[in-house]
Amino acid sequence: MNFDLTEERQMLQDSLRRFLRDKYDTAARNKILESDTGFSADIWNGLAELGVIGALFTEDQGGFGGAGFDIAVVFEELGRAGVVEPFLDTAILGGGLIADLGNDDQQAHVEELIGGALQVAFAHGEPTSRYDLNQVTSTAKVDGDNVVLNGRKAVVVNAENADMLIVSARESGEAGDENGISLFLVPADTKGITLQGYALLAGGRAAEVTLDDVTVPASARLGEAGKAFKAIEARVAAANVAICAETLGAMETATRLTREYLMTRKQFGKPIGTFQALAHRMSDLLIEMEQARSAVIVAAGNLEAEYKARETHISAAKNLLGRAGRLVAEDSIQMHGGIAMTQEYELAHIAKRIIMADHRFGDTDHHLERFIALAAA
Amino acid sequence: MDLSYSDEEKAFRAEVRAFLEEKLPKEMSDKIRKGEELGKDGQEQWHAILNAQGWLAPNWPKKFGGAEWNAVQRHIFEEEAAAAYAPRILPFGLSMLAPVLQKFGSQEQNDYWLPRILSGEDWWCQGYSEPGAGSDLASLKTEAVLNDEGTHYIVNGQKTWTTLGQHANMIFCLVRTDKTVKQQEGISFLLIDMDTPGVEVRPIILLDGTHEVNEVWFSDVKVPVENLVGKENEGWTYAKYLLTHERTNIAGVGFSQAGLTAVKRIAKAEMSGGKPLMQNPHFAARVAQVEIDLMAMSTTNLRIVSKAAAGAAPGVESSMLKVKGTIIRQEINDLARRAAGAYAMPFASEAIEGSNLALPDPLNAGPVAAQYFNNRKLSIFGGSNEIQRQIIAKTTMGGGA
Repeated sequence: MNFDLTEERQMLQDSLRRFLRDKYDTAARNKILESDTGFSADIWNGLAELGVIGALFTEDQGGFGGAGFDIAVVFEELGRAGVVEPFLDTAILGGGLIADLGNDDQQAHVEELIGGALQVAFAHGEPTSRYDLNQVTSTAKVDGDNVVLNGRKAVVVNAENADMLIVSARESGEAGDENGISLFLVPADTKGITLQGYALLAGGRAAEVTLDDVTVPASARLGEAGKAFKAIEARVAAANVAICAETLGAMETATRLTREYLMTRKQFGKPIGTFQALAHRMSDLLIEMEQARSAVIVAAGNLEAEYKARETHISAAKNLLGRAGRLVAEDSIQMHGGIAMTQEYELAHIAKRIIMADHRFGDTDHHLERFIALAAA
Repeated sequence: MDLSYSDEEKAFRAEVRAFLEEKLPKEMSDKIRKGEELGKDGQEQWHAILNAQGWLAPNWPKKFGGAEWNAVQRHIFEEEAAAAYAPRILPFGLSMLAPVLQKFGSQEQNDYWLPRILSGEDWWCQGYSEPGAGSDLASLKTEAVLNDEGTHYIVNGQKTWTTLGQHANMIFCLVRTDKTVKQQEGISFLLIDMDTPGVEVRPIILLDGTHEVNEVWFSDVKVPVENLVGKENEGWTYAKYLLTHERTNIAGVGFSQAGLTAVKRIAKAEMSGGKPLMQNPHFAARVAQVEIDLMAMSTTNLRIVSKAAAGAAPGVESSMLKVKGTIIRQEINDLARRAAGAYAMPFASEAIEGSNLALPDPLNAGPVAAQYFNNRKLSIFGGSNEIQRQIIAKTTMGGGA
């Protein structure tokens, strides 16, 4: 057993942490949050130059990482700084699907993406799918050499900034079937795509995407017709490792801020951290932090494992992080008092990141049920 | 032991319900149901509707123009109002300042200020907390010094977390008038006109993007001595009296019941595994768990309320209700955002502030995540839950705790 990071990952962590500490403070981020695009091109390009996107792809795919541990290292730092730029959407989900399924022509986009020049969004969830990956009702109909897409995609993060959308649609079967789902690589300006965009509570932007007779050549299909489900599941597994690591990083910041506050804020003539009621709660948070870190490490380490081990550990992590995250976010706010409720205080944003992470790709309950189902399988 | 309401109480409930059906404007209840802010005009309109009925001041004695309802009647009204998605009655003038004036103020002060509270001529806000004085309120530093002529206090300092101070023209403040004595013994209760030179209101934007609270700064603000309530340096007694009133409705049973109804509605619209989420046993269990707690708390609330109706002062029970009531309300807020799934993610602040920006909301859930975050305040303000637990411990175990 060895729980140390490799030298390369340690260097990546150090340089990423330094970069974000210098350039991504509360004031800088609040400006980004209020901007029309919801993200900073400077930060995006700076991080791409630092190799952050490359670290999320394997050497075969043109990167220099791509393993669960690489994803965890990067996203823990992004989470620690409360970064809102869409690395999850463009790199892990969008870029990952292109790299996993694309033919040579399609793979060419990955290089561009690693360099920071391409933005992608994964248009998969639908208004009635909740967290079920197989509930796809959008349709894809072959029409000669073309495919025609129709349907509505819900809360597509990064859709407005995306140059390309990766759209899931059903070529056969019923909503709920794993078979019959295909993916298509669709330029965002294709006729028939309508976006209704909006800001997200925890930063960044998303859109409702309407597909109205969107016609693309059959060559836009990623991978085999009707066989995309397993690839989607695998990429969502990677996304959940990223979200869990990001949440862990955000929880680190929340507990650090809270500990500092408890030691400096005075009421009744002494630091409030000397009151046992608060001291014990802080201790509980630190205990849960260790639990959360372990869950993330195990999930990251099993991302390359066989299906059942991978999914079991990821659902375990997402469930635990959802619970521990809520405890940390709520108790950190409570122990601070009013100050943590204000937009200009770092913890407010961090707490929102932690809580809203539970709303992407399955909340605590969803993953608890999944854990049970996997154990029974 | 009789668990049913009396015939008079039932008739009263019917009267309240009929009134709400007739007089509560639909666009107002729609806004409340969607979790949108009512704004200054809307709030004033609702107060005027209640005032016309004589119901704006349920807790005031009739001689001051109040309804003089007993605690059970107030409870019934709150329950019906929440179920009908009526706006809340803002407490600052009506149930915080007024009881203090009625008990400790002069005849002149009551004659002048109380009618203005009812008519809406004055919008009051509360100047208690300061940046350094939160849970430890008695350590407040805002200072009031009598001028040489003895006609005015000169006030300097800063208040914070002033709810809806941006709409207010008057603020009641705790100020320090004697620095040489024990903290609690040098505090006075002062009424300050916010149009006086030297008063500045600065907005605080909360984490859900709303502008609900403010900082209020005082620099050499001249306040006539007639605006001192009661005696100089006895403000702490009045403040504590006010806090018990602030806590009277703190259980928020009506809000929780309305919130739980909303959770069920959202969970019936939201699909999970091809079925409504409400049919998911795991989610249904979460809802049931809170509902069971709420049913018991509703009865706890009624038991305490009945005691108060019989004339007993609410004591440690109000602290208990505050703790349990906020835990339940916050749990319901958590369930609502949980139920909405990915549709909890959009930033609905624009919707709260009433702009026309359309947000996707196929579940008709409203800004559930914003409300979840906003209501973290419930366990912080009005004496945090930690302070309430301390009060319970001190009261029940005396020096032993």
